[in-house]
Amino acid sequence: MDIFAYEFMRNAFAASTIVAVVAGAIGYFLVLRGETFAGHALSHVGFAGATGAVLLGLSPFVGLTAFTLLAGLGISVVGQRANRDVAIGIVLTLSLGLGLLFLHFYTAYAGMATSLLFGNVLGIGQQTVWLLLGMAAVTLAGLALISRPLLFASLQPELAEARGVPLRRLSALFMLIVALATAQAIQIVGVLLVFALMVAPAAAALRLTRRFLSGFLLAIGLAVGIAWLSLLLAYVTDWPTSFWITGLGGLAYALSHLRRL
Amino acid sequence: MSAIAFDGVSITLGDRAVLADVSLAIAPGEFVGVLGPNGAGKTTMMRAILGLTPVSGGRIEVLGAPPRRGNPAIGYVPQFRRTPLPPGITGEELLLSAHRGERWGFPLASASDRTAVAEALARVGAADLARRSVAQLSGGERQRLFIAQAVVGRPQLLLLDEPLISLDPARQRAIVELVRGLSRELGVAVLFSAHEVNPLLGAIDKVLYLGGGRAAIGTVDQVVNDKVLTALYRTPVRVIRADGHVFVHSEAGALDGHDPHDHHEHAH
Ligand SMILES: Nc1ncnc2c1ncn2[C@@H]1O[C@H](COP(=O)(O)OP(=O)(O)OP(=O)(O)O)[C@@H](O)[C@H]1O
Ligand SMILES: [Mg+2]
Repeated sequence: MDIFAYEFMRNAFAASTIVAVVAGAIGYFLVLRGETFAGHALSHVGFAGATGAVLLGLSPFVGLTAFTLLAGLGISVVGQRANRDVAIGIVLTLSLGLGLLFLHFYTAYAGMATSLLFGNVLGIGQQTVWLLLGMAAVTLAGLALISRPLLFASLQPELAEARGVPLRRLSALFMLIVALATAQAIQIVGVLLVFALMVAPAAAALRLTRRFLSGFLLAIGLAVGIAWLSLLLAYVTDWPTSFWITGLGGLAYALSHLRRL
Repeated sequence: MSAIAFDGVSITLGDRAVLADVSLAIAPGEFVGVLGPNGAGKTTMMRAILGLTPVSGGRIEVLGAPPRRGNPAIGYVPQFRRTPLPPGITGEELLLSAHRGERWGFPLASASDRTAVAEALARVGAADLARRSVAQLSGGERQRLFIAQAVVGRPQLLLLDEPLISLDPARQRAIVELVRGLSRELGVAVLFSAHEVNPLLGAIDKVLYLGGGRAAIGTVDQVVNDKVLTALYRTPVRVIRADGHVFVHSEAGALDGHDPHDHHEHAH
């Protein structure tokens, strides 16, 4: 196939592979910990950050990353889970509202809104690929460092606390890592659809496996497979890549229910 | 050296004096039943021993040293679990994730980790639970798994917080026998909290009653009688023995279990 004849396609494949590995790995823990909503919200905060940055004449990517990191810290500071969902939801909608206001002031970038919201993987340049690779390395290194106590604390927090795991600090570190991962995923699938790449493959993998390592690797494998297949289908059909990612993610999750637990 | 020594220990949570000037000693290898009504301070006492709750007065020594978080010589089964276990994690996998789970790094189990876990599972007769999904286990099987988890790494002290909750009498007895066997075989001291003394009779070396910030410790005969419990709870308490069972009765309401909101609070 001559699909790789185009540079934008090569970049798209490279970028989505990098991001899918990160999204699958982080997503596994996000689902395990029941914190998927927090991940969803972080990406929306990125929208306000990106549009705000453009208004100030900065790169949207810088604004997006800075805002998701800040929001990651914010979410981990808001301790209890019961009130937390409400707080997260309010920050989420507030961010979209702010993003809308920033866009209102900066009408020149009408197309930017769509690509921010739904992603524009075919528009990714070589430089962004390198940037994503660097960020992915940092994100995965961070995850590798904390994943052992994180797994323990996610499954049995009371016991982990007694064994000396610093629950709050650990949860804050993880949220920062999620924020970094989200900033990368937005490049591919956009603010609104991060869930599809981060949560759907991981949730399916958790249903299909019984061991940590196999579940973790399957989450990554599924995310990468979905990303590749989506690019291929987008190339063939000329429909948006993000649509295929959401569709295949949903399909993978639905199929995982065929297996009795 | 005692396994646990309390010297004039007071613990205040919020504005409540949960323990007030409590002194006691528990010898290595001793199997102690911890009793007392809801809110008596059973969990708080264990958390203090684990170094999770600071004392407001006095001193605690655990195996000859002050309490410290993450002491590997203590095996612990907490009373409450806030998070449900996810589907599709096996018993073995759960124990592996907890074994040295406090260390930084990636959770790859080594061969020695697997041996330690398999040994603990075999010791409590739970080898068959290793490959099953934890989400599917019955209450009794799960409790057995958690006790296996507590003995991974050969601790010298076990803190089991209400492991009999929601088990039927036969399963309760099986867990008590299991713990008694562990205590003998491993020479491990055990604090075992419960709402009812009857399932523990004949198995425990000592009983520790908590109430009103005070504590009474001794053999069942020394403690479970009108005089000692009346003094502890500062309300007339009658102990009736029949058919090898004891019934503890007070005007102010049952002190051993039978608390109306008991069920609700401990439902899983
Ligand atoms: N963080 C806290 N702040 C204030 N009071 C607390 C706190 N934690 C516990 N308490 C109080 O301390 C007392 C002892 O609680 P604890 O959980 O130790 O009782 P328990 O004997 O384990 O009860 P149960 O049988 O219900 O498990 C209770 O009155 C409880 O309300
Ligand atoms: Mg308790």
